[in-house]
Amino acid sequence: MKILVTVKRVMDYNVKPKVKPDGSGVVTDGVNMIVNPFDEIAVEESLKLKEKNGGEVVVLSIGTKDTTTQIRAALAMGADRGILVLADGSVDPDAAARLIKAVYEQEKPDLVVLGKQAIDDDSSQAGQLLAEYLGLPQATFASKVDVAGKTVTVTREVDGGLETISFDMPGVVTADLRLNTPRYASLPGIMKAKKKEVKEFTPAALGVDIAPKVKVLKLEEPKARQAGQKVPDVATLVGKLRNEAKAL
Amino acid sequence: MTTRESRCVGYLFSDRSHETIMTPEMFTAEQRALFGAVAAFTEKEVVPRRKEIEAKTPGLMAALLKKAGGIGALGLDIADEHGGSGTDKTTSMLMAESISREGGFAVSFGAHTGIGTLPIVFFGTDEQKQRYLPALATGEKLAAYALTEAGSGSDALAARATATLSADGKHWILNGQKQWITNAGFADVFIVFAKIDGTQFTGFIVERGMPGVSIGPEEHKLGIRGSSTCTLILENVPVPVQNVLGEPGRGHRIAFNVLNVGRLKLGVFAVGGVKSILRETLPYARERRQFGKALIEFPLIREKFATLLADLYALESMGYRATGAIDAYTAETGKGMEALEELNIESSILKVFGSELLGRAADEALQILGGYGYMEDYPLAKVYRDVRINRIFEGTNEINRMLVPGVLLKRAMKGQLPLMDAFQAASASVSLPEDVVDRATVQARTLALILTGRAAMQFMQGLEEEQEALAALADIHQAAFGLDSVRRRLVQADNQALHLPLARAYAIQEMDRLIARAGRFALDLGGAELHAELAPLLAPLPVSRTAALREVATRYVERGQYWLGAGTVA
Ligand SMILES: Cc1cc2nc3c(=O)[nH]c(=O)nc-3n(C[C@H](O)[C@H](O)[C@H](O)COP(=O)(O)OP(=O)(O)OC[C@H]3O[C@@H](n4cnc5c(N)ncnc54)[C@H](O)[C@@H]3O)c2cc1C
Repeated sequence: MKILVTVKRVMDYNVKPKVKPDGSGVVTDGVNMIVNPFDEIAVEESLKLKEKNGGEVVVLSIGTKDTTTQIRAALAMGADRGILVLADGSVDPDAAARLIKAVYEQEKPDLVVLGKQAIDDDSSQAGQLLAEYLGLPQATFASKVDVAGKTVTVTREVDGGLETISFDMPGVVTADLRLNTPRYASLPGIMKAKKKEVKEFTPAALGVDIAPKVKVLKLEEPKARQAGQKVPDVATLVGKLRNEAKAL
Repeated sequence: MTTRESRCVGYLFSDRSHETIMTPEMFTAEQRALFGAVAAFTEKEVVPRRKEIEAKTPGLMAALLKKAGGIGALGLDIADEHGGSGTDKTTSMLMAESISREGGFAVSFGAHTGIGTLPIVFFGTDEQKQRYLPALATGEKLAAYALTEAGSGSDALAARATATLSADGKHWILNGQKQWITNAGFADVFIVFAKIDGTQFTGFIVERGMPGVSIGPEEHKLGIRGSSTCTLILENVPVPVQNVLGEPGRGHRIAFNVLNVGRLKLGVFAVGGVKSILRETLPYARERRQFGKALIEFPLIREKFATLLADLYALESMGYRATGAIDAYTAETGKGMEALEELNIESSILKVFGSELLGRAADEALQILGGYGYMEDYPLAKVYRDVRINRIFEGTNEINRMLVPGVLLKRAMKGQLPLMDAFQAASASVSLPEDVVDRATVQARTLALILTGRAAMQFMQGLEEEQEALAALADIHQAAFGLDSVRRRLVQADNQALHLPLARAYAIQEMDRLIARAGRFALDLGGAELHAELAPLLAPLPVSRTAALREVATRYVERGQYWLGAGTVA
């Protein structure tokens, strides 16, 4: 089976984000960038499916030339080849979904696997929009994926617990945290990744207009929280809640 | 046209400016990715298990090494055709840096991949390579190196273990005891040195399963307690003649060449070790408050960080300069082992400077934690114990210091290095540049040339016995190598602003140390007259040391980490 899996370049979660002074975005200069952790899980699942069923895993990312590093990271884990859609600046989930759709139409994979969301803006929209645009079934927030013949059975994490659904390929799956633990890239894997093909496209070449539908006006840091206070007894606490915090 | 530096002691020659040296700024994207992969492995698999490693949890160390084999971290120095990935030295040294977060694990890793595996890589026959290397690359088999005996440590060639040919000529019968053998508790393959007929020092590949091989109990050690250290006992062990490593009687070639790598690697391990210590200490200094302030706000605490950072910058600059030269030499000649031999003066300097910096870092970091640092609940106490070994093994620091001028002069005598002319040409009236880093470099280089030349003239063949002079010269050469490496790294950097504070601070503190060392040595060697002659070279840099170190500390606190080298954003 052929799987198209997406990876997004995001800021390392160990880094405390800082808003640029003009509020136009966050500081990324000198900041370590990684593969979105949910996408890493998506890559791992794709590789497992390939190991079981044979086929090919194609990694897709959207971003500047630097994003090649994240594609190579997925290739080092074992994916077969990469596709980079070159785009400067922010690409909103809708534009991303339409770009992925365009690549889908070229590649005709059996399955598209995405992370359930990216840890930078936490939108959790691209997978759902993509399925909609393609008119394909979707199974989001997957915590288990099984493939038998043409049928994909997915266990989803939903508010009430777990739900199991199935669909016939092609379709779209988004990966949740508990789906698997991504493997380490092996060192020989990293060295081989350098030789794997990464094709580049522009949005124009794919016929997609990526002008954002959602405009970000300004980012602001949340107000610093006031320091807590220790109170000697319940009476003082109630007094403070009533008079200072006006919570009672 | 520029060429890559590929020969030893480039720091002694002022006319080598057409050569570029390897610097961490030149690491490729692939090297950075490899570093990141091993760092992630260390962070997730090794660091959380420090306590279990320290407690020698049975099977854990071997399991961790095998796991490292699983991601390919054991096969970097092994060729593709033997199951490894045959990278260059810079890459394999980078991996050593990124794996050095826990002392016991780092030492076990180093013993397996370095002294355990490399003898076969360098000296094995094709058949031996086929037989052993694929399993050593994956960690299916683990290796150890058995040279030391109770009666022979530094004087390793005085070993008493013997090898006698069996009556049918098919086996060497080995007898003897090898002491303090790292990984002995679980290793499958031992590189053993013994004397054929009690005279010819020879290397053998001995397997754990051979009859007559047994392992003594684990030693109780000051530090690196997670590493296995036992005696290897050989009682009439029949070792097949095909297991002789290299030529009979030429075992010293193996022992010394492997040590060359070990020393270089130890220097690079120290880069990782110092970074790891800094990383553990800064958060504490930020949180702990006394007198209403965080510790990190006190100038004396900041000075400790700054001093270590400046020396770390120098160690890193020297280390990767050396690995780069080894790679360039190998690329030119196709001879990897000869390349390591070529750079062995640098390797000894790196071993000494790296192990002593690591020791100072552990000591100062513990001091920053105060009484908490003394408690075993905090990691620094263990680190303090762990780092001490580095000044002892891979040749003690005394032995390595004596090697620096010893090897240098031997090469000069043989005409392999154009040093005699350089000694002659060096003069205290050399013009000193304005810039402090340039100036310190010229002062140190000139001092190294003049004092080495004078010592050689004065003592002639007797210099070998003048150990104090040899050690002083080693330190003077270390300063010259360090300053020249830092200056060149700075000059080659695209973004010099990132380097300047570290380069300046290092130049100032290294000059202070050098002046004390070289000044005293000049007095010892040539009395007040020589000291006066060298006065311009013995002058401290005319700038504020405090200001330079404060600048480093400010940057460090702003960034929250050492901001150059591997593991940071290019
Ligand atoms: C934890 C640990 C692990 C080890 N692992 C291994 C291993 O895997 N394989 C292995 O073969 N060995 C191993 N060793 C042994 C190690 O290499 C030796 O301890 C080292 O070479 C020093 O020898 P020694 O301890 O006998 O000290 P000595 O040689 O007795 O030296 C004692 C002191 O005298 C000084 N000294 C010696 N000779 C001279 C001289 N000519 N001039 C001036 N000063 C001198 C030394 O510098 C030192 O300060 C290990 C040791 C330890 C502690």
